[in-house]
Amino acid sequence: MNTDALLPGTLRPHAEQEYATELAALAATDPRPRPPGWRLSPWAVTTYILGGALPDGTPIAPKYVGDRRLVEVAVATLATDRALLLLGVPGTAKSWLSEHLAAAISGDSTLLVQGTAGTPEEAIRYGWNYARLLADGPSRHALVPSPIMRAMSTGALARVEELTRIPSDVQDALITVLSEKALPVPELGEEVAAVRGFNVIATANDRDRGVNELSSALRRRFNTVVLPVPETAEQEVAIVTRRVAQLASSLELPELPSALEEIRRVVTVFRELRAGLTEDGRTKLKTPSGTLSTAEAISVVTQGMALAAHFGDGVVRPADVAPGIVAAVVRDPVSDRLAWQEYLEAVVRERDAWADFYRGCRDLV
Amino acid sequence: MTTYYLGIRHHGPGSARAVASALDRLRPECVLIEGPPEADAVAGLAAAEGMAPPVALLAYATDDPSRAAFWPFAEFSPEWQALRWALAAGVPVRFCDLRAAVQFAPVLEPDPDGPEDLERAAEAVRFDPLTELARAAGYDDTERWWEDMVEHRLHGPGPFEEVGEAMAALREQAPPLPAAAQRREDQREAAMRTALRRATREYGSVAVVCGAWHVPALATLPPASHDSALLRGLPRTKVTCTWVPWTHGRLAARSGYGAGITSPGWYHHLFTTHDHVVERWLVKVARLLRAEDLPVSSAHVIEATRLAETLAALRGRPLAGLTELTEAVRAVYTGGADAPLALVRERLVVGDLLGTVPADAPTVPLQADLDRLCGRLRLKPEVEAREYDLDLRTDLGGGRSRLLHRLRLLDIDWGEYLGGRSGAKGTFHERWRLDWRPDLAVRVVEASVWGPTVADAAATRVREVAARAETLADLTALVERTLWADLPSALATVMTALQAAAAVDSDVADLLAALPPLARAGRYGDVRGTDAELLASLVESLVVRACVGLPAACAHLDTEAATRLRGLLAEAHAAVLLVDLPELRDRWLDTLSRIAGRDSLHGLLDGWLTRLLRDTGRWDAAEAERRMGLALSVGVPPDRAASWIEGFLRQGGGQGSALLLLHDPVLLGLVDRWISGVPADTFPDVLPLLRRTFGGFPDPERRELGRRLRDPRAAARPVDVALDPRRAALVRPVVALVRGVP
Repeated sequence: MNTDALLPGTLRPHAEQEYATELAALAATDPRPRPPGWRLSPWAVTTYILGGALPDGTPIAPKYVGDRRLVEVAVATLATDRALLLLGVPGTAKSWLSEHLAAAISGDSTLLVQGTAGTPEEAIRYGWNYARLLADGPSRHALVPSPIMRAMSTGALARVEELTRIPSDVQDALITVLSEKALPVPELGEEVAAVRGFNVIATANDRDRGVNELSSALRRRFNTVVLPVPETAEQEVAIVTRRVAQLASSLELPELPSALEEIRRVVTVFRELRAGLTEDGRTKLKTPSGTLSTAEAISVVTQGMALAAHFGDGVVRPADVAPGIVAAVVRDPVSDRLAWQEYLEAVVRERDAWADFYRGCRDLV
Repeated sequence: MTTYYLGIRHHGPGSARAVASALDRLRPECVLIEGPPEADAVAGLAAAEGMAPPVALLAYATDDPSRAAFWPFAEFSPEWQALRWALAAGVPVRFCDLRAAVQFAPVLEPDPDGPEDLERAAEAVRFDPLTELARAAGYDDTERWWEDMVEHRLHGPGPFEEVGEAMAALREQAPPLPAAAQRREDQREAAMRTALRRATREYGSVAVVCGAWHVPALATLPPASHDSALLRGLPRTKVTCTWVPWTHGRLAARSGYGAGITSPGWYHHLFTTHDHVVERWLVKVARLLRAEDLPVSSAHVIEATRLAETLAALRGRPLAGLTELTEAVRAVYTGGADAPLALVRERLVVGDLLGTVPADAPTVPLQADLDRLCGRLRLKPEVEAREYDLDLRTDLGGGRSRLLHRLRLLDIDWGEYLGGRSGAKGTFHERWRLDWRPDLAVRVVEASVWGPTVADAAATRVREVAARAETLADLTALVERTLWADLPSALATVMTALQAAAAVDSDVADLLAALPPLARAGRYGDVRGTDAELLASLVESLVVRACVGLPAACAHLDTEAATRLRGLLAEAHAAVLLVDLPELRDRWLDTLSRIAGRDSLHGLLDGWLTRLLRDTGRWDAAEAERRMGLALSVGVPPDRAASWIEGFLRQGGGQGSALLLLHDPVLLGLVDRWISGVPADTFPDVLPLLRRTFGGFPDPERRELGRRLRDPRAAARPVDVALDPRRAALVRPVVALVRGVP
């Protein structure tokens, strides 16, 4: 486990640092067999992610709120030595889950390749320390290993974020790693073989599929788990409320009276439009092109709170969240506007308690 | 004397396997099966040539086929296995439940719930203790617990003893049922015990195959008088039993006569596969997806198998179940996509297996009902084609029309509809050509899964079609067919589906086209109270949606599209007026008046809208004149102006009339000035349009138009509107009668 002392003032500690006590307690009480290279058994990993209580009473905080089955599929995938691809719209906790899986299984969530349009092949294979290379010629000392290579040699989990943002030719460098479980270094005439316990968790954005679609050779080496948006309105309201409170305190917004009513409204609007169906199940709706994820709901509410705190009377009112909602929904000026207007006229207008909100939105369109 | 109690889960493949092997081992001399005793007579058909499950036992009241009940069986139903075993072994087999007659006889005491609801209530309570048991074993889902404990035990001795003990414990703690449901439950068990007593008197060893829940009630027999007291006074109705073909899809249906099994295809697989259940299933799925051009290789199958088995181990299950397999398919085969999974569900998990029954099975009630109706309506199935002209105002004509329309909904195309009832005008005649083909008899048997009478079956079928229909146009057509077939009970379902489809359909043309039949339904159709409300709200939501989309839909159309849209708008407008909701009408006209006058609007539509808004009184004459002045000003291209005139003067695309111009000298002056002002080089371009517009007017009007244009003073002369109050009063009662106002 990563035992580096936490520096005071660190903005965001790694998962294995923040939850070091929980991980230690789980490891101590876990009687079940552990796959080679794993610090915990698959059961304990599932408990760590979903929360629970240990036999000795130590509470384990839930890290991911959602379907237990999905987490089980993810853990079982890693246990069968297959690479895991987490798919989902932005804001569905893909990176969050991948970080915690790596922390629980390998005790190290830092072996990370951030995928961008400019990610070079060196980030997946290896690079060279050119001063050394020129001075001594090719040797192990001149070689700069990538996070993947380090994970292979230590038998740990490597994480690849935003896999589909990486150019296709660079993506394909992963194929050898995943199928041969070895990385050849032709310059030295040798190879780095993966130690048991090595595996890869990649995340990709559902909506970005078209950016750099995975080749079928690469796709075949991943098991895919799609992370959905929260299942029930209550669940989503709880997530939004919690995150908004955290954000408000870190942004040092003035204390506001509870904005629960508006949070509920934002979540309701987002859920209904996302699902194309009203919560009472009676009216179908057109779905706008935006993702309308929980993360966006959080930002709409934070924005509304900022508006209310700095320009309003300190109470979050429908008019404060309306601009944020409209901006999030109407991404495409033609089809989204149509969907939004239909929603306003057919649904919002009919709800008695929503009259203020209707007026606030109507003025904006 | 020995009695073997084989407690089962209905339609459980594990139970079926256990029952079959237990019977082989025990070799009882008589087999009792939970089911209606009236069916004893047709039980033998189960082994006949041409009998292949899924099939259903059907019992109906002989004098009223609409009172009927089905007992569906699949290959993997334990009851079916017991039946087949007994017939193969030549051992007598009897059904031992309460008589079917009791189930659909009218309930004597006032009781808010029907018999079916009683059964449901009992089912709910029965299931709940099982949930407790499952929770105690660490399962969050009863079905899965039962599967793991019982269904997945592929080999080894049956679990009957343990199950019986568990049920006994459960029955002690079960919460009480509603009184009526409890009485029915007691009667059923009394009937089973009575049958058991009789069988044990006659035979040395008897096996009872019944729902596990009932086993403890049969294990100890109270005195016979106790049971006969319970069964005394039950109604007796003459019942006919037969077999009908069933489908896996109908087994999966939750409503109606469905058995509520969510995965008959999977159960079938479990029952018919003896080894490598997981691998074989994943291969099946892989082959299905490959046939649909999805790349699924053998490597995928290997990985999916590993994942499914690891998941099962992680969850502590003895064998990967459907849940694990589906999750593995999603993670490995489809890359997280749900669309291929829906296909897997439809084709494999539910499956499309259709059963068959022998040709000599007794007549199905649908056929009996059809014969009865044919007799009453004096129609004879003849192979020679004959044409009928039906007068819908007579009982006979109306009845025949209803029957033929209903049969068409059931795909029994006896009659070919030759038209004659044009939608909007509604004449009272329909022409049909009737031609009975022998294969239609087979269709009748097939259609009997939908219901026991023509009306019931057609209604069920309409509901099913409505649930599957995807486009608005399909549903609109269905509304009309449902109305013709006079099935008010199914209409509500169709309309609900229509509402859902309207919400996601972004084509305004579709929305507009859906309006007229609905409006006609509300106005002229035979619609009951609740339906009328639903209809009104549906029309309202369609109009609201159309109003939102209309401005964009009207912009930048070519002549062809504009003409089409004008036709749709005209019909929709008539529909809006027909439903007669002032608020809706205002909203509609508001939208139209906002659209009119836009530059992006085709001249034809603009002119037409202006005229419409003038005629409905939304705009006064002065406003209409102003609009016409704008449309015919110098800045407007001549071809646009010409099509504007066409739209304005030819309402509804008919031949049009010059009366408006004759009555309004200002409008006439505007048109005259414009035509005079068209430059010589563009005049030939607009000439065809103008000729089409004015050429259609009746001759006298054209002559009068010419006369006034030659003599401006005649144009200025007001039209003679002197009214003779005495003569007008004579007409008033007739006008009042026609308009329906006092």
